[in-house]
Amino acid sequence: MKAYLRQTAAVAAAELRKAARDPTELFSRAIQPVLWLVIFGQVFSKVRGIPTGDISYLAFMTPGILAQSVLFSAIFYGIAVIWEKDLGIVQKLLVSPAYRSALVLGKAVSAGLRGLVQAVIVYLIAWLLRIGLRWEILAIMQVVLAILLGSCIFSTFSLIIACIVKTRERFMGVGQLLTMPLFFASNAIYPLELMPGWLRAIAVLNPLSYLVDVLRGGMVEGGHSLHGAAVDFAVMAIVFLVMVLVAARLYPGLAR
Amino acid sequence: MSPAIETHALTRRFGSLVAVNEISFQVEAGRIFGLLGPNGAGKSTAIKMLITLLEPSSGSARVSGFDINQSPLEVRKRIGYVPQMLSADGSLTADENLTLSARLYGLRGAEFGTRIREALDFSGLAEVSRKLVKTYSGGMIRRLELAQAMLHHPAVLFLDEPTIGLDPVARKAVWERLQALRRDYGMTILLTTHDMEEADSLCDELAILHQGRIGVTGSPSELKSSVGAAATLDDVFVAYSGGTIRESGNYRDVRRSRRTLQRLG
Repeated sequence: MKAYLRQTAAVAAAELRKAARDPTELFSRAIQPVLWLVIFGQVFSKVRGIPTGDISYLAFMTPGILAQSVLFSAIFYGIAVIWEKDLGIVQKLLVSPAYRSALVLGKAVSAGLRGLVQAVIVYLIAWLLRIGLRWEILAIMQVVLAILLGSCIFSTFSLIIACIVKTRERFMGVGQLLTMPLFFASNAIYPLELMPGWLRAIAVLNPLSYLVDVLRGGMVEGGHSLHGAAVDFAVMAIVFLVMVLVAARLYPGLAR
Repeated sequence: MSPAIETHALTRRFGSLVAVNEISFQVEAGRIFGLLGPNGAGKSTAIKMLITLLEPSSGSARVSGFDINQSPLEVRKRIGYVPQMLSADGSLTADENLTLSARLYGLRGAEFGTRIREALDFSGLAEVSRKLVKTYSGGMIRRLELAQAMLHHPAVLFLDEPTIGLDPVARKAVWERLQALRRDYGMTILLTTHDMEEADSLCDELAILHQGRIGVTGSPSELKSSVGAAATLDDVFVAYSGGTIRESGNYRDVRRSRRTLQRLG
């Protein structure tokens, strides 16, 4: 068990070093949430066509946009893995006696920590827009945990796609194809109740909905979680566990 | 003592293509063994099976006393591998690359530090160990990759085209280090190459691989004298495969080796 955690930490540390050396990506990813909150959010707040209960539409969508930025930054993670495969780094990792799942988990953990940087950016934008944010320690902890778990889920999902498609060109295609449907078939920018039945059925199966739900409960004043944090975390933990097991199984195929 | 590597009718098919066709050979401990052949002969596929990255379609092999199918983890603990492609991470320093390898191989405590220092001395990179690897020359990167592969003192070291794309000076530096690993640590080394000079001057024993089969095995001098008095290894190759070493290989192989050249150059 200790060996497992050491291997995970070693992979995560190397990944974080690389991310820290190239912060442009982190900042370029900040642009999208700004557009959504400042432009889309401001306009749709005026419409008042979407019932969001006691809170403003802008406050309603802020956790959704945070979840979106977690999704978008994690979902292209597999590109880096394909790049490492084309070089020979994946082969070298897989020839080591390290646990396959520890290698996968290490990468997920680093994606989780990078997701937190996204969160800081979205909090900053929301604060500038005077959206009422919750600053109690428990609420913050709930958000931090949700972002770690959410980033882990989508980066590992991305790794799974990379293991299946194996080339950068195909990955870009599949990645583009998946992100918008995942986003729109979730409760990120409109409540589940507004959706037609079929879309709602998809949204309930979409892990992003649970991330949004738990963020909505912990991030904004007056925001409330539909399922409750416990259910959201449990669903996300199970999804993540399954993803890690699948990824650990597929990852060695990249070295063939 | 059992051989460091032994294969029995080891075979790998990809669909209808038989990449490696019933190869059987043995490598005694402490020897440098060369798998010789043109691109597409099955060298890399053979290595991938021996290092447990690819399951054989049939046949078996033991590396350092362990079966590659039944105990892949035990095999992995005892081997080092340097891929043909660029396997050191360019966005990390030499120190960080070595740290990652050392952790994955379970090196800890005092040993962790001493092994990393040893590897840096071995590769001659101690002074640049805090610089990003992407600023290194091709020869320095190869030396770092060797250092990463020897950190845990493996019993058997596998290298896929270790000197492809290197200039003569860097190539000699790699050869010297491989000889040092055998001399100082008693490592068994298996390498693939299509460089006849490398095969001749570095390897104790060779196997010529052609279209997935082993044509012949023997020491470089045995092979040469079997063909004729003044024969070179090139002549040996022609005699056992009916072609020259440089002419075969498909589009994909050529593209891959050129790409590797480009990256290392």
